[in-house]
Amino acid sequence: MNWSDIGDALFGGVAQYGQILELVQNSVWAGAVLGIVGGLIGVFVMQRDMAFAVHGISELSFAGAAAALLLGFDVVTGSIVGSLVAAGIIGWLGARARDRNSIIGVLMPFGLGVGILCLSLYNGRSANRFSLLTGQIVSVQSGQLSVLIVISAIVLVGLLAIWRPLRFDSLDPQSAAARGVPTGVVSLLFMLLLGMIVAVSVHIIGALLVLALLVTPAAAAMRISNGPVAVPLLSALFGFVSAVGGILLAVAGTLPVSPYITTISFVIYIVCRVIGARRDRVTRAA
Amino acid sequence: MAETPLPLSIASAALQRGGRVLWSGLNLSLQPGELVAVLGPSGAGKTTLLRAILGLDRLAEGSITALGEPVTRAGNRRIGYVPQQRPLPRDTAMLARDLVRLGVDGHRFGFPFPRRADRARVDALIDAVGASAFAERPVGLLSGGEQQRLRVGQALADDPRLLLCDEPLTSLDLANQRAVVGLIDRHRRESGAGVLLVTHDINPVLDSVDRILYIANGAFTLGTPETVLRSDVLSELYGAPVHVLRAGDRLVVVGAPDADESHHHHHEDPL
Repeated sequence: MNWSDIGDALFGGVAQYGQILELVQNSVWAGAVLGIVGGLIGVFVMQRDMAFAVHGISELSFAGAAAALLLGFDVVTGSIVGSLVAAGIIGWLGARARDRNSIIGVLMPFGLGVGILCLSLYNGRSANRFSLLTGQIVSVQSGQLSVLIVISAIVLVGLLAIWRPLRFDSLDPQSAAARGVPTGVVSLLFMLLLGMIVAVSVHIIGALLVLALLVTPAAAAMRISNGPVAVPLLSALFGFVSAVGGILLAVAGTLPVSPYITTISFVIYIVCRVIGARRDRVTRAA
Repeated sequence: MAETPLPLSIASAALQRGGRVLWSGLNLSLQPGELVAVLGPSGAGKTTLLRAILGLDRLAEGSITALGEPVTRAGNRRIGYVPQQRPLPRDTAMLARDLVRLGVDGHRFGFPFPRRADRARVDALIDAVGASAFAERPVGLLSGGEQQRLRVGQALADDPRLLLCDEPLTSLDLANQRAVVGLIDRHRRESGAGVLLVTHDINPVLDSVDRILYIANGAFTLGTPETVLRSDVLSELYGAPVHVLRAGDRLVVVGAPDADESHHHHHEDPL
């Protein structure tokens, strides 16, 4: 590969950018909604210390999708089934952080193994194969894209509906329970919403990379703000910029979408860390 | 209702853990405005007793009536609950006022639209616990004492007639212990709330406490500080020589085993 190949890979599509954009506009919509909802739910993922759980759910979601591909079922449905099973198991058995991590540690390689087995047995188009692991939203069919958008919207509404009890339970489960918050129900609902959004993310950036949209934006937002409204809004904004920016940049060339999304999301995090560190110094000096 | 119900009444309560009876036959009626301190080694079931009153744990036997109603459901907003001070993570996405606000709207489902009445209530609570100066600061950057004031504010959200405090003073310095006790004390005087306060150190509340429930060694004793905090009474309770010493205006209990596993060993080991 020489410089001109790299140039083509990055910017080969610039000449036809308008036409390409028209073709992928549904992907952009899906990316936008996922970026926003992923950013919002990420705040709770951070507060509840569940980054590892997100990763575990995504591997089982991958397994579900791969199994569906092999058996000829709908891939999106497969990923959601896998996700919800994982989220349910983790939510049910892993109330305490220690239990949870060991359960995830057991589930994750199993899910990945099942998924790889199914993909190996699958004879269909090979382009589909690894897109589940590393993502390729532009190859998702438009009917499926609408499903992904609808699921994201459901997660958004569900999350807003349990927002306050979830926040209480995430900060201080004992006091929340004392004040009559049904903490078990709230935790389970959260796991189900998380499972649904993880399944959507698997299709957009791939099972291995979901943390870039479900954890990194929230982690970045928490470096630069403490506001209870500012952090979710910033996190949603960072998720939106990463997902939409990644897709818009990727379609200018021939490279996959995921590295763009993960890179933008990572750069935002680095910038926020630097800003946060500088602000801390100022606060301490004051 | 013609009469104000008692804040709390516990009848022939027994607590079990792992198939073993921790203690049984506890009767306790908390009068309006009364502060009862619950003392005893760890593992004696003090926290479990509070959780049972809140409906979060079950008694093995007996019944609890809180604010005139038998305890049936899990959680009770009419009861104020002050947990142990645990430092919040520095990056907690909340301002000080939001910690108080959880007491006002943290239980509500539905879209989190702010309401003007809620805001006024939160302001009043912040004022009542003397937190106005740091109300708008990130909660994770506050000191343990400041955070604990806010937790008291949260617990007072519904002006409770019964306040349950689980080690509210642990890891606070003396000045902050006094401040938190002062807040609890004022609330019970102003609103006639009964207070049940679990603590491992009686000294910070010695001036405010009306009665002491001392649980140890599978038994308990209940009475005024003068009748309970005595060498002979506690020695009998523990079944081992225990001394209550007075050092200035502080009381020190010497010789009491730290955890309530001791009697276990006494039974098993022929020592």
